[in-house]
Amino acid sequence: MLDYVLIGAFAELALGILAVAGRRYGAIGTVVYGGCLVISTGLVLDSVAVLAGVGGGTPPTAVLPFGMPWLPGHFRLDALSAFFLLVASLGGASVSLFALGHSRHPGSHAPDAARILPFYPLFLASMTLVVVADDALMFLFFWEFMSISSWLLVLSNHREKGNDHAAFVYLMMAGIGAGALLFAFGLMAGPQGHYTFEAMRAASHSHLLAVGVFVLALIGAGGKAGIVPLHVWLPLAHPSAPSWVSALMSGVMTKIAVYGFIRICFDLDGPLPWWCGGVVLLIGGITAVMGVVQALMEHDLKRLLAYHTVENIGIIFIGLGLAMTFRFNGLAALAALALAGALLHVFNHSVFKSLLFIASGAVLWATGNRNMENQGGLIHRMPGTALAFLIGSAAISALPPFNGFVSEWLVLQALLSGTVLPQWLLKVAVPVVAAMLALSAALAATCFVKAYGIVFLGRPRSAAAADAQETDRFSLAAMFFMAGLCVAVGVLPTPILALIDKATQLLTGATMAGAEGTNWLWLVPISAERSSYSGLVMLVLICLAAGALRLIIHYVLSHHVRRRSAPWDCGFPDVSPNTQYTASSFAQPIRRTFGATLLAARERVTTPDPGDPSPASIVVVITDHAWQLLYVPVAQAVQFAAGWLNEFQNVSIRHYLAFMFAALILLLLVITPWQ
Amino acid sequence: MLMTDPKLKLEICYLLSGSMAIVSFALLYQSRMAATINTFAVHALLLGLVVALQADIQAEHNLYLTAAIAVLFKAIAIPLALHFIIRKFDLHRTIEMVVSPGLTMTAGLGLVVVAVMVMRPVTVHSDALVTADLIFAMVVLLLGILMMITRRNAITQVVGFMSLENGLILAMAGVHGMPLVVEISVALTVLVACIVFGMFFFRIRERFSSLDIRHLESDGRVSQ
Amino acid sequence: MAIISESLVQLLQVLLVIGIAPGLTGLIRWVKARLQRRRGPPLLQAYYDLARLSRKEVVMAEHASWLFRSVPYLAFTSVWTAAALVPTFSTSLLFGPAADLIALVALLGSARFVLALGSLDIGTSFGGMGASREMMIASLAEPAMLMVVFTVSIFAGTTFLPAAAEVVRNHHAIIHVSMLLIVITMVIVALAENARIPVDNPATHLELTMVHEAMVLEYSGWYLALIEATASIKLVLYLSLFSCLFLPWGMASANSTAVEVLAGIGIWIGKLGLGGILLAVFETCIAKMRLFRLTDLIGGGFLLGLLSVILMYVFGNI
Repeated sequence: MLDYVLIGAFAELALGILAVAGRRYGAIGTVVYGGCLVISTGLVLDSVAVLAGVGGGTPPTAVLPFGMPWLPGHFRLDALSAFFLLVASLGGASVSLFALGHSRHPGSHAPDAARILPFYPLFLASMTLVVVADDALMFLFFWEFMSISSWLLVLSNHREKGNDHAAFVYLMMAGIGAGALLFAFGLMAGPQGHYTFEAMRAASHSHLLAVGVFVLALIGAGGKAGIVPLHVWLPLAHPSAPSWVSALMSGVMTKIAVYGFIRICFDLDGPLPWWCGGVVLLIGGITAVMGVVQALMEHDLKRLLAYHTVENIGIIFIGLGLAMTFRFNGLAALAALALAGALLHVFNHSVFKSLLFIASGAVLWATGNRNMENQGGLIHRMPGTALAFLIGSAAISALPPFNGFVSEWLVLQALLSGTVLPQWLLKVAVPVVAAMLALSAALAATCFVKAYGIVFLGRPRSAAAADAQETDRFSLAAMFFMAGLCVAVGVLPTPILALIDKATQLLTGATMAGAEGTNWLWLVPISAERSSYSGLVMLVLICLAAGALRLIIHYVLSHHVRRRSAPWDCGFPDVSPNTQYTASSFAQPIRRTFGATLLAARERVTTPDPGDPSPASIVVVITDHAWQLLYVPVAQAVQFAAGWLNEFQNVSIRHYLAFMFAALILLLLVITPWQ
Repeated sequence: MLMTDPKLKLEICYLLSGSMAIVSFALLYQSRMAATINTFAVHALLLGLVVALQADIQAEHNLYLTAAIAVLFKAIAIPLALHFIIRKFDLHRTIEMVVSPGLTMTAGLGLVVVAVMVMRPVTVHSDALVTADLIFAMVVLLLGILMMITRRNAITQVVGFMSLENGLILAMAGVHGMPLVVEISVALTVLVACIVFGMFFFRIRERFSSLDIRHLESDGRVSQ
Repeated sequence: MAIISESLVQLLQVLLVIGIAPGLTGLIRWVKARLQRRRGPPLLQAYYDLARLSRKEVVMAEHASWLFRSVPYLAFTSVWTAAALVPTFSTSLLFGPAADLIALVALLGSARFVLALGSLDIGTSFGGMGASREMMIASLAEPAMLMVVFTVSIFAGTTFLPAAAEVVRNHHAIIHVSMLLIVITMVIVALAENARIPVDNPATHLELTMVHEAMVLEYSGWYLALIEATASIKLVLYLSLFSCLFLPWGMASANSTAVEVLAGIGIWIGKLGLGGILLAVFETCIAKMRLFRLTDLIGGGFLLGLLSVILMYVFGNI
């Protein structure tokens, strides 16, 4: 099983090299994307097989001869790795299918094909190899590989304004995160240098060390996932990349970061105190609310989706924080519930976020523009894309009977069970976080009404939108496959939850408590008396009711004709489509309510004097407080320190020798307590 | 009392002190002067009921006097006096707030958390209902102070001060065997009465440049 | 046997909910008219309206899409399904285990989602205004409703609505501060979700009151009949939810006789009537609020709900 994964990953690496070698051939795009599609599909099947129990109980391991001479590359495929491999490969397969169709479009891809094609398979391969890595060196090597290949993909469209700034910020944050993870692994490896995960699991860590590793993992892996305040790179970098790469970055790479966090905090690190889970819980809640409020203020479609990713990562971290606190208090079944909710949300989010990003890629190709204020009426011109985006929007807004609702429902059930926690601060934090989750779910629905309504509905606001064309068969197939998955997992979540149970069994030692009441029809997380859900029953009820209504109206009412006419205009026919609501106007009430406090949103309106025919203007200023409070002071401090250190560049040899001597003494003093 | 079940009486006490905390939140939300004063009257009435009930539970008959003071002075006399001041001196009917009501109420929620955190270790060995009573008293007290800091108008600040006192009296009544409860409540009431009278005289002097009360009678025409 | 009685009760509830809803709307309009010293429309006017609308021709805007045509069906079936899952006169419902309180709130959310999308489909500013304001109100009202759900479910130990109703009936739920708080929150949420004064005026189409009415401005014929029926059913749902959570006496249960079920129906209709009259009196006594004052009101409801959840966590079920 693991062998297939490794072979697949190296095949993808080979595809990358092939892309460089064959860049003059026109069909190289088809070959590369087709190859990635085939390999990813194989990996999906392999991971499902491993999770379903094929191949025996013990996780397969492999040792490959690269790495350091004393540390060959270890690889392992246990239940957690298999689940994240499933998520990554599913995303990779669907996005490759989309890219296969998209790369054949004239003008969308060709000028930068040589910049994208080699790095795309490398990106996929590195993500695959991160989840199966079993020692610190392999993990960090492929983590950095993932960061650099995605950085190069972000830079691929370097002529567009702002992309190089986005790439710079991304590289900086990725570097800081990788540095934090390096320290974390270094702390866990100890002075003897046991870098394999096996050894880290077996070692006993002191309390202070465990907390230090936790904080570093939160900065490193959490920053890559996009928690507040380390999220600032996400809305810059994700929209700058080509759309299918954005889908992979938002849908899959952030999940790999979540995998890193789970691996370190749940598996490798020592026992953590109770407040660590509380910290993760609160950070998740704040991330969820801040992400969605900022998403509401955006009028760039891809930026909106990127901020929304931040919100969903917040929800995942809420589940993870709950799992940590329940695990500390010995409530294994509830920890399994919270973890299952978080992992199901990982799966669901990768599916619907990839769907939304590739649909926005189709829109971008069709209209040439990411700005929502220039779209409109695309439901008539691009019906397939519109339907797929609608299903994705409904899923991400947590509406039954789609899949987003199931995972949020599980996380809410876990939050409601938090009354049994004995720690008082947690007793107060859990309801506050539950309120934040409720608020972010409601705001997410608003956000997607805005996104879908302004882009696809109404009348076209520009000539490009009026002339848009539907995208090709492969792209549509990819979108409908993901939309179908959204419906399928929403209506029948139990098979996926059975696969997730293997991972939760590994990490918390229990599965969801209500397992005896759960079957293919009913989802019972805790006990049948407490709560249950059946997406299938609800879907059947809604369809039956709708069908009955349609029949009654068609056969009972005689006058079932419909006539088309002009819309209601109060006597002032507005021929111009600019009288419609725009994205900014739709969000204005929310901006006034939430944005004024959370984002310091201010509007500056300049109206001309009466008689002056020049247009009025409104400028909305939004501040992300994370920049002002965290990054700008840090950057200024670094500048200051660099300026000060510059003094030491031009000193005599005697000074240099003194510096080296001081560094030697310092290192000797540091090593002493280690022994 | 018709109900003789002591547990039920404690539960009703708990409900009433919780209602006082809710009315404190409502006080934070109000944006009109008349509504604020009426809400405060309800606050004081609830206090009277709680104290009377505690007098019955603890068999401490002095507390009936405190309850009577709360109802007579704070629920009837002082609100009437404040309404009179507003009407006669034509003061602004709306309240200028320092921050929006939404933020004030969120800060109020934070104070509830603080009250819970503070009172928990103190009452660890007590009955759950007594703990709840004391937590609500602390909440009323803290919300009273919050109301004083987030208001610009003197009358509403006095109302905030009086609700803070109500919280103190609630706490004193909730704890068994506290001495001098009645004396303290009388002293606080006298203090508030002085403040109200002070405002009254200040406004008269400012408006009419004299303290002659005949200015207030028969629409301001003073017969020499 | 239990399955048969449960499915009969379910079917009866599904039909009764649709049957009673226009009557409730008519009652509220009649009471409001009488309080305002008018004669007002007859009690059954809402039924006549629905019948008349069903016979009329549908006129659609030129560029309305398939989404616009599907919205009335989707909204109606979502709200109808949700109303079928709330115990009205009996706590034993066949499809009860399919959806709990949280799913109920989410179903109402999906009805609102599609209505907002349908209004944006036409491409005039009325639709955008209605959708934008409705979603702003919903972004505070839905979390407030979820706070109510959380409080009830922590109190009852379950999110399963019939079970929660049984628990509330058997304990002194009224004597609990959190329940008092969520009565206030639920009243505010019900007013906001059903587009009643002080949140929105259901009687006019003026710009001042354009929240719900602006969203459905373009619908006509049987589409409009479906949407008006949706609004009526939503009101019945909220009143039934209120009575189920706070006044659960008189409901039949799993092993009740037919007489008890009929008595339950009568009591339920009585509760609905009483609720309708109180709502009409409340609407007459109070004026509509400015749009941006609404955020203070509903936000206040949300914060009260959050306070009740915190108190519930801290104190448990005292």
